[in-house]
Amino acid sequence: MDIAQLEEQAKKIRQDIIKMLGAAGSGHPGGSLSSTDLMTALFFNILRQKPKEPRWPGRDRFILSKGHCAPVLYACLAELGYFPIEQLLTLRKLGSCLQGHPSCQDVAGVEVSTGSLGMGLSVATGMALGAKFDQSDVRVYCLVGDGELQEGQIWEAAMSAGHYRLDNLCCIVDNNDLQIDGRIKEVMNVYPIADKFKAFGWQAMEIEGHDFKQILAAYDRASKTKEKPTVIIARTIKGKGISFMEDQEEWHGKAPNKELTAKALKELE
Amino acid sequence: MEKKATRHGYSEALIEMGATNKNIVVLDADLSRSTSSELFKKKFPERFFNVGVAEQNLLGLAAGLSLMGKIPFASTYSVFASGRAWEQLRTTICYSNLNVKIGGSHGGILTGPDGASHQALEEFALTRVLPNLTVFVPCDFLEAKKATIAAAELKGPVYIRLGREPLPVLTTQETPFIPGEGLLMKEGRDVTIIACGSLVAEALQAAALLEKEKISARVINIHSLKPLDENIIIKAARETKAIVTAEEHEIYGGLGSAVSEVVVKNYPVPLEMVGLADSFGTSGAPEELMRFFHLKDVDIVAAVKKVITRKG
Ligand SMILES: Cc1ncc(C[n+]2csc(CCOP(=O)(O)OP(=O)(O)O)c2C)c(N)n1
Ligand SMILES: [Mg+2]
Repeated sequence: MDIAQLEEQAKKIRQDIIKMLGAAGSGHPGGSLSSTDLMTALFFNILRQKPKEPRWPGRDRFILSKGHCAPVLYACLAELGYFPIEQLLTLRKLGSCLQGHPSCQDVAGVEVSTGSLGMGLSVATGMALGAKFDQSDVRVYCLVGDGELQEGQIWEAAMSAGHYRLDNLCCIVDNNDLQIDGRIKEVMNVYPIADKFKAFGWQAMEIEGHDFKQILAAYDRASKTKEKPTVIIARTIKGKGISFMEDQEEWHGKAPNKELTAKALKELE
Repeated sequence: MEKKATRHGYSEALIEMGATNKNIVVLDADLSRSTSSELFKKKFPERFFNVGVAEQNLLGLAAGLSLMGKIPFASTYSVFASGRAWEQLRTTICYSNLNVKIGGSHGGILTGPDGASHQALEEFALTRVLPNLTVFVPCDFLEAKKATIAAAELKGPVYIRLGREPLPVLTTQETPFIPGEGLLMKEGRDVTIIACGSLVAEALQAAALLEKEKISARVINIHSLKPLDENIIIKAARETKAIVTAEEHEIYGGLGSAVSEVVVKNYPVPLEMVGLADSFGTSGAPEELMRFFHLKDVDIVAAVKKVITRKG
């Protein structure tokens, strides 16, 4: 897709997210919307995949380590045809395959179940190690939150990926600068992020996470880098695209009611 | 009947104690709104520490604070408090017998739409296996408040299981809370329902339904899962000759297992268990999930009828 098409696609994904959360009555809009552009570029331009053959061994792998942002992942998968779009409206309902946090036993396209923060990057590192072992050109991508970086396991994973020089691994940090209890710096400072990853042997890039040109360039550079894993630290706005949600911590884990759902969808027209 | 969440009983007790005891400190891991520890933070900001999304560190810091004479209450979701940081709980806190108190909120299936990843259904098994640890499972707001105060008074590690959803307030200010003692909620002759947490209310409703069918059910509230009141269980086995356990948790390793261990060792009688059986939870509305996983009064009634047919 070209950049105009990606922008159009991202708007659709944002509409899907709002509709799903409105129907569910609970869930996490903030981090889903902040990562929408990063996810759209990744899913529609970068990942090699066959939605009709989700278990195709040659597929690139993606892990949503910040599992509470399941809505953005489900929307990407549905828009790509992994499952029918209508299913999105069953999010978080009893009997739905679309669990509150992604369950790999229930949804094609979800590689591993997540929801407990800090676990995904280790799994992604293991996958990258496995791909290297098989001499396959499979690439592995993992999206983490900036608050999530406070989990110790993230840094254990970072250490091992650097140690094994996994240049087929790319970690994306959704740097929206908010977690549940407030600003990252005020709750528990994780900055500087790039220097920390660099110290563990990673290539680190800092980009604007709502600028498709920069996003695509970063993914491209990551895939061409040898002997090092890459982290893309993307500055984003939590709740991006919905005026009343933007940069508001209260919209971390709250669904819009009927009225606000309509208002949000209007803004996305 | 008035409904209030046990997590709010926890924070109310923390605030009351915090006013008179300067050694009470509270920690959280980026969930202070959900666990309601933020209410303590608002009153005593200098005695509140948010460690960010880092539950293993949460328990480690609490351990250190306890070694410096503080009485730390560490709050996060149950699933992370009892699971993610389990070995910190085991080796740092319980093996060293440190004076750390843990408030695990959002325990059980009532956590609802977040789904299996967030529904702690294993915490009784994970905590009751630990030496030195006291485990409280309050059934309502007032009991949670008393359990939190009792935790501060006890020396040694204490784990309190709390919930998100409002529950009927079954006890009163005057109801005693004695660690290690079960609470008789209702007398009965034909069967005993032994319940904890949210299932105590269901057990009382089940007993009322059974009354209409001329079945007299005793109801016991096990607010102290550990140490467990063996006497009240053995007495129930001897006098009513049949037991049903009920918990918002896995029966394997949970209250069902704990009561069975006492019963088979001391006075074997037929026993049925209400709870989840070797299953993860799933997304859904809280009440809907209680029905889906057969945790309602009617399910207890069915278990009682079954256990009665097994009586000699
Ligand atoms: C191990 C663990 N601890 C706590 C939580 C609860 N929780 C869900 S989201 C969140 C904040 C995450 O912040 P961040 O990573 O910045 O996510 P984003 O801003 O992208 O939504 C927390 C603490 C969790 N899901 N897992
Ligand atoms: Mg964030």
